[in-house]
Amino acid sequence: MTGLALQLAAELFPRGVTQYAVGGVMVAAGIAVIYLGTAIIPGNSTFLETTLSYVSNRSRFNQPKYLASRDWRVVFALSIVAGAAVWGLLLDPGAFTTEVQPWRLFGGGILVGIGTRIGKGCTAGHGVCGLGSASRTSLVNVVLFVGVAIVTATVVAALGVTP
Amino acid sequence: MSVKRHPLFMPLVVLGGLIQGFGLAYSGMARPEVVLDFLQFDDLGLVLVMGGAAVVSGITFFVATRFLDRAPLTGDTYGRRVKSMDRNVAVGGVVFGVGWGLSGICPGAAYASVGIGNLPILWAIAGMFIGAYAQGYWRSRNEAVSGETVTADD
Repeated sequence: MTGLALQLAAELFPRGVTQYAVGGVMVAAGIAVIYLGTAIIPGNSTFLETTLSYVSNRSRFNQPKYLASRDWRVVFALSIVAGAAVWGLLLDPGAFTTEVQPWRLFGGGILVGIGTRIGKGCTAGHGVCGLGSASRTSLVNVVLFVGVAIVTATVVAALGVTP
Repeated sequence: MSVKRHPLFMPLVVLGGLIQGFGLAYSGMARPEVVLDFLQFDDLGLVLVMGGAAVVSGITFFVATRFLDRAPLTGDTYGRRVKSMDRNVAVGGVVFGVGWGLSGICPGAAYASVGIGNLPILWAIAGMFIGAYAQGYWRSRNEAVSGETVTADD
C-alpha cells in the first residue's frame, strides 16, 4: 500500500513535493506579511500597468489609485527579484537560463500582459489571493486560464515545438 | 505624487517581496519549464504551490477579517480579494491562459526569474509591458468615447 502510494507520488511529482509545498507557503507568507501590516492585498500584475504611468499620459494608467500605489509596487517587484537572488546565493544552484524559445516568452508575455489586466489579476491575484478569498470571480478566472493553458501547451508540444 | 506613509510601510513591502521572491524561486515557478511540465501533466507540483499558497492566504484573510481590527501601518480595515464578475474576467482569463500556456511564465514568477539569473525572461517581461500598454491604450480610448469609469486592482 505504502509502496503504491510512493510510486504514484514519484510519477505525479518526479521532482519531489517539498520544494513545491514550502515554496507555495512562502509565496503566501510574503503576501501575508504585507497584508497584515497594511490591509493591502498585493497582486503582481498591477505593477505592469501602474509602472506605465511613469511614461504614459493615458487615462487608464493614471487613475488616482494607480498613481498612489505605483511607487511601492516598483519596490515590491524589485524585492521579488532580490528575494529570488537571495535564494540563488543561499542555496547556490548557479544561474539558471531557460531553454524556452524567446518568441514563446515574448509572444506569451504580450498575451499575459493583456490577459491579466483585462481579467483583473494573475496567478497571484486570482490563483492565490482570490481563491484564498473564496471568490467565485477568481474561481471562474482560474478554471479558464488553467484549462486554456493546458490546451495551449499541449497543442504547442504536439506541433513539435520544444522547448 | 507623494503619499504620506508610515515609516515602516516600504520596509514591510521589501520584506514581503523578498519572502515571495524566495518562495517563487524555491518552488520552481521562476522556471518556465516547471510550469510547462505541469500543463502537460508531467509534474503536478504547481497544484501544490498554488493550492498551498491559497490555503495559507485563506487562513490569513480569515483570521484578519474575523479577529483583527485595523492594519497597524495604514489604519485600514481588512478585507478579502473579491472582484466583480463580468465579461472581462472571462476574456482576460482566456487570453492569459493562452499566454501562460505558450510561455510558462506569469508576472510574479517572471520577476523572480530575473533574480535567478534567467536573462531570456526579459523577453517575457518586455512582452508583458507591451501587452499591458496595448490594453491600457485601447481602454483609455474607449473610456474617452463612452465615459465608462475605470476601477483599480489591488
